[in-house]
Amino acid sequence: MQWLDLLSDYTFQNVVIGASLLGLISGPLGCFAVLRRQSLLGDAISHAALPGVCLSFIITGSRDISGVIIGSLVTGSLAALTMLLLTRKSRLKTDAALGICLSIFFAIGIVLLTYIQSTNNASQGGLEAFLFGQAAATLRSDLWIMGGITLVTLTLLAVFWKQAKLVTFDTQYARTLGMPTTAIEAVLTCMVALAVVVGLQMVGVILMAAMIVAPAAAARQWSRHLGGMLVIAAGIGIVSGVSGATISTLSRGLATGPLVVLSATTIVLISLALAPGRGLLWGTIKHYRQKEALQKQQLLYALYKHPLASKHYRATFGARWVLGKLKRQGYLVRSTDGGSGWRLTSRGEKAAKQVVATFEEVAT
Amino acid sequence: MIAELLTNTALPIILVGAMVGIASSAVGTFLVLRGNSMLTDAISHSIVFGIVIVWLLTKQQSGLVQLVGAALAGLLTVFLTEALANTKRVKQDAAIGLVFPALFSIGVLLLNVYAHDIHIDTHTVLLGEIGFVWLDTIDLFGLPIPQALVSMSIMTLLNYAFIGLFYKELKLATFDPALAKTFGFMPTILFYVMLMLTSSTAVAAFDAVGAVLFIAFAIVPASAAYLLTDRLWMMFIIGALISIAASLSGYYLAVYLNVSIGGMMAVMTGVFLILAFLAGPRYGVITQYMKRRRAREAPVEPPF
Repeated sequence: MQWLDLLSDYTFQNVVIGASLLGLISGPLGCFAVLRRQSLLGDAISHAALPGVCLSFIITGSRDISGVIIGSLVTGSLAALTMLLLTRKSRLKTDAALGICLSIFFAIGIVLLTYIQSTNNASQGGLEAFLFGQAAATLRSDLWIMGGITLVTLTLLAVFWKQAKLVTFDTQYARTLGMPTTAIEAVLTCMVALAVVVGLQMVGVILMAAMIVAPAAAARQWSRHLGGMLVIAAGIGIVSGVSGATISTLSRGLATGPLVVLSATTIVLISLALAPGRGLLWGTIKHYRQKEALQKQQLLYALYKHPLASKHYRATFGARWVLGKLKRQGYLVRSTDGGSGWRLTSRGEKAAKQVVATFEEVAT
Repeated sequence: MIAELLTNTALPIILVGAMVGIASSAVGTFLVLRGNSMLTDAISHSIVFGIVIVWLLTKQQSGLVQLVGAALAGLLTVFLTEALANTKRVKQDAAIGLVFPALFSIGVLLLNVYAHDIHIDTHTVLLGEIGFVWLDTIDLFGLPIPQALVSMSIMTLLNYAFIGLFYKELKLATFDPALAKTFGFMPTILFYVMLMLTSSTAVAAFDAVGAVLFIAFAIVPASAAYLLTDRLWMMFIIGALISIAASLSGYYLAVYLNVSIGGMMAVMTGVFLILAFLAGPRYGVITQYMKRRRAREAPVEPPF
C-alpha cells in the first residue's frame, strides 16, 4: 500500500520524472565530454550558470524558469567558448582554462548576486537552491520545459551523429574531410550547457559534475561502441536518478541531489569491478589463475628434473596449496617410502614431460 | 599608528586578500605547470567532507584538528583520484569528476542526518566572508591582528619555505618527472607534499574567500604569470603582484559598487588574466598578431 501511495504522490512523480530526464540528457552528452577528455566541463559550465541566473533576475525582475534557463544557457555556453578560446589561442592547457572559467564566472555570479541583494530585497534562498538544487520544488510546468530541452538535444545529437562521432575520435581526419571541426566542437561543448540547465533544478551546481561524468564512465566499461555507450549511459543516468529520488522520498530529510550522485557512483564502482572484459575483478581472477598455472608447471618441472625435490616435504604456504591441488587432480601422490615427500603419478609423469619439453624449448 | 591602521577595516581586508592570493598562487603555479589545476577544485569541495567527518569523530568545529582533518580529506581526494586513474579504466579528469562529488555528497548527507546537532554553514564554507575578517582578531605584540591574516601569513611562509628548500627538486619534478625520478628526487612524494600544502592553504583561506573563490586565487594569477614569462621564479613574483593588485582594486571596486568583496577580488584576477592573454609581451594575442603581420610584410630574403 505504501508503494501505491508513493507512486500517486504528486511531488514524488515530479521528482522521479525530473531525475529521469536529467539522466536521459546528461548520460549521452557526458559520453562525448568524457571521450573528448573534457569531463570537468560540466562542472565549469554549471558554476558558470550562476551569473546567468542572476542576470536574468536583474533583467526580468522575477525568478521565472524560462528566464533562468535562457540566462544560464547563455553564460554557460559563454564560459565553454571562453575555455575553448583560451586553450586554442594561448599556451594554457585545458585544465587551467577550465579552472579559470569556473572560478571567474562563479565570482562574477557572486558579485551580481550581492548586487541584487543590495538593490532589492531578494532573499538569499535563491543561492542555496542554486548550489544544492531543490528537487522537491519541481513543478509540472518545469518538467515540460526540461523534457523539451532533452528532446531537442537528443534530436540534435541524432542529426549530427556522424560528425560528432568523427570529431570526437579523429579531429584531424574530420578536418581533412572538410568538416567545420571547430564549429562542431563548439556545438558539442555548448550542448553540455543544456544538460546543466536541466540538472540545476535537480542536483544543483556542485553535483552536476558527477551527473556528466559518472553515467558515461560507467557505460564506457560495458560497451566498445559509441552508440551502445550512449544508450547505456542514458539508462544508467535514468536508473540513478530514479533510485536517488526514491530513496530521498522514503527517507524524508535526505537531499535528493547527493543521493542521485551516490547512486551513480555506486553504479560506476560496480561497472569498474564487474563489466565483462574490462572489469577489474575478472582481471584479478585471470592474474591469479595464470599465476597458479605457472606454479603448477614449475612444481611438476622440479619434481621431474630434480629427484631431491621429491624428498623435500617442507614447503612454503603457496607451494603447499599448489601441491594439494595437484594431488587432488591426480598428478601427485605422497611417496610411500619413508612417508614423506612427493611422487609423480603416471599421469603426472606425462604432464611433467610435456612441461619440461616446453620449458627447454623456451630456454633454447 | 599601526594600531590605527589595523582598526581601520580596509587595510586588514586588503591584506588578507593579498595574502590569500600570494599563498595560493605559490602552490597554484606548480599545479598549472603540471596540468593538475582542477585538483584545486576537487580538493576545495571535498574539504566539506573532511570537516563533517572530523566533527563526527571529535565534536570540534574549528581549530587545529579541523585544519588537519580537512587537509587530509583533500589528500584523500587526490589519492582516490590517482587510484581510479591508475586502474586505466577511466582518464584522470573523469576520475576527478567522480571522486569529489561523491565525497561532497557523503558530506552533505551526513550534514542532513546530523543537521540539528551541527552548525556548519555550507554557505560560508563555499563562499566565505572576507568583509568580516577584521572582527575576528587575536593580540600579537599588543596589536589586534585579524586571525585570518595570521593564518594566511603562516600558510604563505610554509608554502614559500617548502618551495625555497626544494626549489631545484620541484623545478625538475615539474618539468621532467622522469629525470627527477632517476636522480632520486622522489617527484611523487614532492607532489603529495605540495597537495598537502594546497589543501591546508584552502582550509586557511575558507573563512575569507570560501571554496570556489579559492580556485580563482590559486589558478588565475599563476595562469596569467604563465602567459607572461618563461622563468619559474618570475611566475611566483608575477603571481604575487597580480594577487596584490587584484586585492587592492577588487576591494575598492566592491566598496564602490556595494557588492561582494571576495567575489570582486576574484573577478579582478580574471581581468588581469585577460590583459595578459591579450597584451602579453611574448605570447599575447595582440603581440602574436603584430608579429605575424610584420613577418608577412617584411621582404623575404632569398636563402642564398
